[in-house]
Amino acid sequence: MIKRRSIGRRLTLLLAAVAALLSALSWTMVTMLAREAAQRTQDNVLAASITTISETLRSEQGEIRLELPYAAFAMLGAISEDRVFYRVTVNEETLTGYSDLPSPDAGQQGQVMFGSDNYRGAAIRMAATRRVISAGDGPKLVTVTVAQTRDGAGAIAAELSQLAAILSVAFFAVAVALSAVVAATSLRPLNEIAAAVSRRGPSDLRPVQRAAPAELVPLLSALNRLMDRLRNSIRRSEDFIAEAAHRIRTPLATVRAQAEIALHTAQGDNDQERLRRIIRAVDESSRSAGQLLDHATVAFRTENLTRGRLDLAELAANTVAAVEPTASMRDIRLHLDATQAHIDGDAILLESAIRNVLDNAIKYSPEDTTVSLRITSDPDEARLEVCDEGPGLGEAPFDALTERFRRGANTAGIVGSGLGLTIVAEVLAAHGGRLELASSTNNERGGACVTFVLPSA
Amino acid sequence: MRYFCLAFGLMLWTTSAATALDIEEQRLFPGTGDRVLRVLSTTDLDLFAPYILSFQEVRPEISVDYTVVSSSDLHREIRDGAQFDLAISSAMDLQFQLANDGFAQPYRSDAIQNLPDWARWRDLIFAITAEPAVVVINTDRFSGLDLPATRQDLIALLRDNPDHFAGAVGTYDVRSSGLGYLFATQDDRATDAYWRLNEVMGRLEPQLYCCSGQMIDDVGSGRLALAYNVLGSYAADRLAADEGGRMQILQMQDFTNVMLRTVLIPTPAQNTEAAGAMIDVLTTLGMRDLPGEWPLPSLSLAGPLESSGLGPIRLGPALMVYLDPLNRRTFLTEWENAIEQQ
Repeated sequence: MIKRRSIGRRLTLLLAAVAALLSALSWTMVTMLAREAAQRTQDNVLAASITTISETLRSEQGEIRLELPYAAFAMLGAISEDRVFYRVTVNEETLTGYSDLPSPDAGQQGQVMFGSDNYRGAAIRMAATRRVISAGDGPKLVTVTVAQTRDGAGAIAAELSQLAAILSVAFFAVAVALSAVVAATSLRPLNEIAAAVSRRGPSDLRPVQRAAPAELVPLLSALNRLMDRLRNSIRRSEDFIAEAAHRIRTPLATVRAQAEIALHTAQGDNDQERLRRIIRAVDESSRSAGQLLDHATVAFRTENLTRGRLDLAELAANTVAAVEPTASMRDIRLHLDATQAHIDGDAILLESAIRNVLDNAIKYSPEDTTVSLRITSDPDEARLEVCDEGPGLGEAPFDALTERFRRGANTAGIVGSGLGLTIVAEVLAAHGGRLELASSTNNERGGACVTFVLPSA
Repeated sequence: MRYFCLAFGLMLWTTSAATALDIEEQRLFPGTGDRVLRVLSTTDLDLFAPYILSFQEVRPEISVDYTVVSSSDLHREIRDGAQFDLAISSAMDLQFQLANDGFAQPYRSDAIQNLPDWARWRDLIFAITAEPAVVVINTDRFSGLDLPATRQDLIALLRDNPDHFAGAVGTYDVRSSGLGYLFATQDDRATDAYWRLNEVMGRLEPQLYCCSGQMIDDVGSGRLALAYNVLGSYAADRLAADEGGRMQILQMQDFTNVMLRTVLIPTPAQNTEAAGAMIDVLTTLGMRDLPGEWPLPSLSLAGPLESSGLGPIRLGPALMVYLDPLNRRTFLTEWENAIEQQ
């Protein structure tokens, strides 16, 4: 199974991962800097302290004298509550202070050296400076060391580090939210194109004309080429069907004419009956071919609808006149109850649709019945209702009847292609109208009612 | 065998060293249980007894063994690792040094958190009282004299009446008293009037004392007309008991040193839980708002002083400056030169 992965989610996750990495990195760096800054602060105060002390060094009566200044330790106490240790040595011998206090490595005279060590169970930071003082028996090297525990600096660093951690987490949260927004924004054109394509009707194969980001142009043009090919292919097959139907119809007419002649001259009931069957079959084939042709016409014309202002009553009257001969052959009366109803549409298609419905009505009606047409209109809709007294449409649902090659459940024994209502429905849909199917309630004998509903012009 | 003898000898030596401790007062406050809280303190027994009784109201099962020594003895004992659960001293500098050098255990509790920042250091050392250094005079011997309000006044008074004050001025012998040394060094830091005062006192054959108590007694008896740098809390306590009303406390207006009596738990302490409970009791009493019936003043009295810049002596490493042997030697030499002019 191929796991479906959302580009949006992946983009968000990747951006979030980058943000997490950057947050962690910035936190680490701030923590290191904070530690460094805190240590430098402590170093500076330690340096100030030893400088203050070493400035009081002097030689008095051949002895090194030192007066530990109050400020030297007061400044250490001012910045933190760290423990303080100190040591002053003369030629490596302790003059005063903590005699076991370590000292950072020797530096140049006057230079302040720093070091870290452990003393009395605590981590300490120490600073030392050296000075040469001339005493009685020659110059002496005096080292002043001051050390402080590192709790204060550690606490400052920890506090800053904690602050940095909070900021990093906040930064990360904001970055994740922004990542989601960025991913959604980046993918919006793609979604828009997808929505535009899926909004289209089932037979809309026009090229997608949209401004697309450069990355989507290849996809879009590939899609348009595919649709173009598809449209051409459909067009070709429709043409083929129309051509085929047309070609079949002409020889069928010849066959029917010959069969009529043969019927008139035929002797014997058997032959006559056989010929009648042939004629019926040829009629049916011819009708089917006509419908296939109609269907192809409808498919072609709905794409390039020729619209004009029409009177539905006039169309109905024309069509009634056209099918009158067929109806009268079976003693079926066509009753048109018309008022003017203006619509906007393609006359050929609408006539074809009405003819299909009338053909059906005549075909399924028993002899000596009436097919009634009624036209009504209001400012919104024009309606043409065709009712017969035939067997009706059977059980609902009627929607399935408009599918191609689908025929009603009660049509056994009557030949038909199942294309009639499909054509009607497609024509009405192309005009923004709809087809309503119902069982007739006008008379006791039942029957079907087919209603065209079209927007008024 | 030889090692055994050596060990035995060492034991004898250490025991004798321990017994060499100069105990001023000692009392066991028996509790209902077996546990004993050993307290080493510089505070006089009669002043501190109410605090112990207050503690035993909360924790009656704990016996308190209270030993009073001098501040320098206390410092040496704790440094040498003596087995005490609590060390209470008025010599803040020595207490601070113990904490700084790692002879104290940290202690944390809610009561400690209520202490102001200046009253504690590193969870190691906690202030329980704030006590000013004052001048105590005998009113009989001051009849007809203006009462000095500042050190300048005091210098002028002593200089102008040498006969009146000869041999009748008392102060701490800073060589033997830790608290005296602390007050003296803080005076030195604050004003040069201190040395002029010493010069003037030196000419008057001053009486030198180890402790506030004796000084106050001598002022009360009239042997001294004036005692300089006396612990105000002791003086107030004696004043309350003094029936004659012949003593008066003068607080110098130019500045007043305020000492913090501090407590810490020595590193070898065993009974740290009880010691902590005692610290909680002491600091809570120390933070009380009203003076009440307690013999030692409350820390809250130092609060207003702190805002005016005349706060208590700061608990910090600077306290160790005057403990440096070289500094101490220099200071004592100067002090001796000033005070001992035969």
